[in-house]
Amino acid sequence: MVTLKDLETPKKNTWCPGCGNFGILLAFKRALVELMESSLEREQVVIVSGIGCHGKTVNYVDVNGFHGIHGRVLPLATGIKLANPELAVVGFAGDADQYDEGWDHFSHAIRRNIDITLIVHDNQVLGLTTGQTTSTSLLGFKTKSTPLGSITPPLNPIAHALVSNGTFVARGFAGNVPHLQNLIVQAIRHRGFSYIDVLQPCVTFNYLNTYQWFRERVYALEEEGHDQTDRMNALEKSIEWGDKIPIGIFYKEERPTYRDNLPHVKKKPLTKMPIEKIDITPLIESMK
Amino acid sequence: MARSIYQFEHGHRAHLDADAVSITNIPVNRYTSSVYPQLLRRLNRPPNIMTFMLFHNLAVLLKIRIYGQRCHLTVKMMGPRILTFLFQGFIFGFLHCCCKSVIERIWSEKNFLNSGFRPFIAFLVVTGRGEIGVKVNELSVLIGGEAGAGIFRSGFLFAKTCMRGGLHVFGTNDYQSLIRGGHNFYIARVDDQEVYSQGDYIDLLIALNAETVMLHKDELIPSGGIIYDQDDITLDPKTLGRKDLKLYPIPLRNIVRKELKESPIMTNTLALGSAVALLDYDLSLLEGVLTDTFKADVAESNIRVARTGHEYIKKNFTDTFEYRLEKKDVTGKERIILSGNEAVGLGAIKARCKFYVAYPMTPSTGVLHFMVANERDSEMIVMQPEGEIAAVNMAAGAAFAGARAMTATSGGGFCLMSEGLGMTGMTETPIVIMVAQRTGPSTGLPTYTSQGDLRFVIHASQGEFPRVVIAPGDIEECFYETMRAFNWAEKYQIPVILLTDKYLVESQMSVEPFEENRVKIERGNLVTEEYREEEEYKKHKITETGISPRATPSTKGAVVRTNADEHDERGLTSEDPEITAKMIDKRLRKLQYLAMELEERNVDTTKFYGPREAEATLVSWGSTKGPIREAMKLLEEDGITVNYLQILYLLPFPTTRTEEILGGSTKTMAIENNKTSQLSSLIREYLLKDVDHKILKYDGRPFNPGYLAQRIREVL
Repeated sequence: MVTLKDLETPKKNTWCPGCGNFGILLAFKRALVELMESSLEREQVVIVSGIGCHGKTVNYVDVNGFHGIHGRVLPLATGIKLANPELAVVGFAGDADQYDEGWDHFSHAIRRNIDITLIVHDNQVLGLTTGQTTSTSLLGFKTKSTPLGSITPPLNPIAHALVSNGTFVARGFAGNVPHLQNLIVQAIRHRGFSYIDVLQPCVTFNYLNTYQWFRERVYALEEEGHDQTDRMNALEKSIEWGDKIPIGIFYKEERPTYRDNLPHVKKKPLTKMPIEKIDITPLIESMK
Repeated sequence: MARSIYQFEHGHRAHLDADAVSITNIPVNRYTSSVYPQLLRRLNRPPNIMTFMLFHNLAVLLKIRIYGQRCHLTVKMMGPRILTFLFQGFIFGFLHCCCKSVIERIWSEKNFLNSGFRPFIAFLVVTGRGEIGVKVNELSVLIGGEAGAGIFRSGFLFAKTCMRGGLHVFGTNDYQSLIRGGHNFYIARVDDQEVYSQGDYIDLLIALNAETVMLHKDELIPSGGIIYDQDDITLDPKTLGRKDLKLYPIPLRNIVRKELKESPIMTNTLALGSAVALLDYDLSLLEGVLTDTFKADVAESNIRVARTGHEYIKKNFTDTFEYRLEKKDVTGKERIILSGNEAVGLGAIKARCKFYVAYPMTPSTGVLHFMVANERDSEMIVMQPEGEIAAVNMAAGAAFAGARAMTATSGGGFCLMSEGLGMTGMTETPIVIMVAQRTGPSTGLPTYTSQGDLRFVIHASQGEFPRVVIAPGDIEECFYETMRAFNWAEKYQIPVILLTDKYLVESQMSVEPFEENRVKIERGNLVTEEYREEEEYKKHKITETGISPRATPSTKGAVVRTNADEHDERGLTSEDPEITAKMIDKRLRKLQYLAMELEERNVDTTKFYGPREAEATLVSWGSTKGPIREAMKLLEEDGITVNYLQILYLLPFPTTRTEEILGGSTKTMAIENNKTSQLSSLIREYLLKDVDHKILKYDGRPFNPGYLAQRIREVL
């Protein structure tokens, strides 16, 4: 039995008190414990993170981990998963990390339907660099880099994921841990690319999108009888942002993963194939 | 009269036949010379053999150094007159030697050739009774046309056809950054002996369009031939500006389209068939290559077209083209022909690369094509991601998970990979990156060669971390060093860079089939299924060698954590000053141990060619090796001895070995395809020693051997 305590590391947590990351961390650990009760083995789990406050997640969960560079969570996670599909690979990224620096990888990982999970800590601000705008900062949002207020409308990652043919598109809220935990469990269980954008209040630099602000607005899609299998319907919901903000699963479908289309490596993970011997004689012969 | 063969020093051979005397394997610069079109052009006179010989002798008298390839002379004579000519030549040579007061050395074959024979031939030629020609198994063919005409393919087919006849082949291509139109060409150099690069001149030009003739006619050596489509262009001495060339007009397109009713794309096959006929070579070899290259029906059409070309030449051109290819028996000694890219790919497959990920970028894309063609049989995943940043990070992910992983790119892509490269250094993730250089800066000349990125790959990415930089210099090294690269990467858990260039990776060469067991797979300190030690597993455990045990995710009993932030032994982020310094020490210590291992196992980190004592020592890295080895042959024929140090490992730099050679050298010359002589700067850095001379070329084109030999002579 793996417990929450087992998943702790000796590393002292340096997030600000009250940071939304705590909610995500707790939901993730609980999800792991829940999954490990059934089929998931601890050594199968690999977490990958980028750069930003979220990146420290690798320091705080005692499972295999790769704390990579800014914006590159998805290609790293992709490489790990393709090499060993027996691993449960979960990527953690920040909003700037994924939607700014790593934006190009976002659509591509989704359309490939790599069987990994991406959890974006979306606090709509660059925290670790002490407060600048990101691509999900709301219009007019004042930061150190936009002292007169952001003049660019935010991008809509949920809608992007949907039009990129995402097979599991969801939004969670760091202030609702049980709901998020459930999303994470479903996401990891999902066969294909699962994506959760998590609304995460930054208690130090985001004066606008606070716990209070979110609590007044968020509602769970599943409580409204939302049809998770209708992409157009999901798209419509993805645009909803203002007085009401939906959380939960927008869209979900089963589609062959990238690796499903590589039948020649289906038998075994690349990492478990014997590598000592290979006969290249036919290749040599073909060059004669 | 039976054929008598006289073998002279330096490989010269004389054949005495009933109707001809031919001397083969003569260095061009002594008797005839491919330099003559240039001399004549300079003097603005129409070429003929007399003026050429006069110029040539003048050049010899004035001790003007002429560069060029080897050539063969045949002096055609009728029956008994041969004796008269031999007698005349002998007297002439005798007198010449007398003048030099070395009578006693007349009979020395070398001197006979060096001093006596030249004026003899000159005499024959000047009196109008001689004719220059015949080469056997020494040929440079240039096939040119517009992009999309299958130039590269047909050049390769020709090269392979020659190789199957037991000949050595070097093939290189030249193309522009476009899909259709423009001008492409492929040079195939064929020889009895090993050839390491293209030559300076060509013997046979296969022109699939008019432009090719006009662009390359002056590269043809005297009496060279042109196969061309008579409907493209009308050629005569006036339009060509030369009288000596042999012209073989063929209605190439018309035959293919109207007579044979085949697709015009097969025009090149018709030209190949014609060339084989012209060279009196074995058509069945070409047919065999076509059969093995194409699907059955396509092969059949191509063979029909090739045969038609063959027949056309045999029927319409009875005067033989005096360059011949003779098949040799190669049973059991078959060679293979492949490009540098393919050799790298083959090496990677043999090294059990399991994950190859690359974004297309000339000139490295050949590896991607090769790998994907063999993806299934070799049980790999080959992937084209959204860019080079993704490529390097995916490779890092796969390597972290425990698969042998590789990517390849060129300078621009490598710029994008730099941050990822540093991450693999920091996280001790073993990946192999091939960087095929092209002419920079920036996009530069996308399809041309360069060696401008040496300093860049050595220093790329911020901070100090260990890496290996290996620069293969030929096709064989591409294979073996790729295999080694994976071993160094895994054993030392570091990134390894294979630094190549366009000229190396896109040129093709016939080589002995690779020894499959020369390099064995070594995975280093790999913890496989389960970690059983009592002590907690530490991914970045500090050890004496700096190498930590390498578990991978899924290893039971181990939490495998790594971190691009500075970290402690367990991979947890740390900003502690002591840990920071210890970790930097640990990582860089691996490079010291790697250097020691290279030394202890006597790995060829450098290679040395030529005699120990020499007038000068050439030093280079990478693809300049081929032209240098060819230039050395030319210099040797002139009695100039140089030796050559090839630096194969640029990092860790083989200081001791380099010092050993350069320290004892009277004159050193760095030869590089760059402007700033980056190797010299490394030598200065490690040896505190300046290279005496730098011979540099940075116009996107590789050195030609004759040109290089001349530049070396100028310095001597």
